[in-house]
Amino acid sequence: MKKLINAAESVLSESLAGFCAAHSDIVRMGEQAPFVLRRNLIPGKVALISGGGSGHEPLHSGFVGYGMLDAACPGQVFTSPTPDLILAAAEAADTGGGVLFIVKNYEGDVMNFDMAREMCGKPAEAVITDDDVAVETSTFSTGRRGVAGTLIVEKILGAAAEEGRDLAALKALGDRVNAATRSIGIALTSCTVPAAGKPTFDIAEDEMEVGVGIHGEPGRRRVKLRPAAEIAAEMVHAITADLGERARGEAMLVINGFGATPLSELYLMYEAVRRLLEPAGSIIVRSLVGNFVTSLDMAGCSATVSMLDEEMKRLWDAPVHTAALRWGM
Amino acid sequence: MMIDREARKLLFETVARRVIESAEELTDLDRAIGDGDHGANMRRGFEAVLASVDELSAKNLGESLKGVGTTLVMKVGGASGPLYGTLFMSLGKSLADDVTQEQIAEAFAAAIEAVKARGKSDVGQKTMLDVLFPVLGVLRESGAGLPLRLKATAREAAERTVPMRAIRGRASFLGDRSIGHMDPGARSSELIVDAVADVMEGFA
Repeated sequence: MKKLINAAESVLSESLAGFCAAHSDIVRMGEQAPFVLRRNLIPGKVALISGGGSGHEPLHSGFVGYGMLDAACPGQVFTSPTPDLILAAAEAADTGGGVLFIVKNYEGDVMNFDMAREMCGKPAEAVITDDDVAVETSTFSTGRRGVAGTLIVEKILGAAAEEGRDLAALKALGDRVNAATRSIGIALTSCTVPAAGKPTFDIAEDEMEVGVGIHGEPGRRRVKLRPAAEIAAEMVHAITADLGERARGEAMLVINGFGATPLSELYLMYEAVRRLLEPAGSIIVRSLVGNFVTSLDMAGCSATVSMLDEEMKRLWDAPVHTAALRWGM
Repeated sequence: MMIDREARKLLFETVARRVIESAEELTDLDRAIGDGDHGANMRRGFEAVLASVDELSAKNLGESLKGVGTTLVMKVGGASGPLYGTLFMSLGKSLADDVTQEQIAEAFAAAIEAVKARGKSDVGQKTMLDVLFPVLGVLRESGAGLPLRLKATAREAAERTVPMRAIRGRASFLGDRSIGHMDPGARSSELIVDAVADVMEGFA
């Protein structure tokens, strides 16, 4: 393992301290527990709180600020935060409008947020994101994972909350955005969790993992590495086949890096995916390219397509000021 | 049988030490079909149990088990925290210090139901339940040699998760690729049962 760390045990706390210091105009560290809290809370606004295992930075802490989240609860690397941390964040962020949790669909996250929701004693709802098409939906299984589409849900809900919408309206909007969103990821390498000290899975120099998640967990299939255009075609097929008729219309395309892939490759993939989406009827009118929902030092990327309506477009365009996303102000 | 303060302390220490010393093995199992954090998470939780073992075992059996459960919920994280936390908290709901094997079996049955409800899971899905459920069967039988039967049953049950296809948990994302590996949660449950059996045998 070759990492810029002091000790595996202190990576999270040292990194969090740096994050809060670097962005002290936007956020501050929770007083009761190590969560990230928006500096200027709006009285009466529904508090949007997300969280999950660390290692996906800038998700979620990088999305705390005006027009997005009010608090983020970082768990240990790839491990859900515990209920005490979520409860402390809810207590600090709630200004009377209730709390909306945005939770990626992993059993650990769902269970820990559920326990916190049951224990918090205030109006609270949860939007569960599950945009990853690599996982087949079944009533018997855990269901699809929440991946990069989560940031679209967080941005659009953040703008709507800023407009003063109530808890029930935000919960409905969040479910609607999630339902319009599909993602698929591919990885060229595994990643190394500091506490484990070695890569989560072994992969040969000429292989790639298709349908990979954001925790260094192996994907659905191991195949030989192919040219980017062929990889893009497989990703587009997975997404458009799942969207079916819904693939026709205006859409947003997010090409998200997993942490170790240069932007030049991400833009190359953006162009390859965009060109293939148009024949399928998806007209890309909003775009985002960069490392937003990462998997530590994994190489590879995900493509996310979100079918847009006028309201979603307007809320996406609304001003936002966070560490990782900033426009309109 | 009487499970007094000394017995509670020995029980919690033995279970905690067994999990802590097996952390690396649990992590290796989890690397194969999960995300490689089961050992580190369980170690963190049981180190917290160990750190407050005097305080925890000073309470009566029910309250001390609830205390262990709460510690695990707050410290372990992931899916294991709520699941093991729920198991211990539920066990603590009905047990008095002076208990019969029948009462332990019934408390264990209720705890398994609570874990099922929390994880929305059932037996046969390649999870900790695949060890806990056969162990309940042994607790419901009478006869001599209970510790040895518990150990054997837990070990065989954990082995039986190897050919299973995961339907719950992060391993389920792998589909058929989850086949051929022991479930890390089944293994950690086996370790806990084995440690409890050691205390019953007087070996700890």
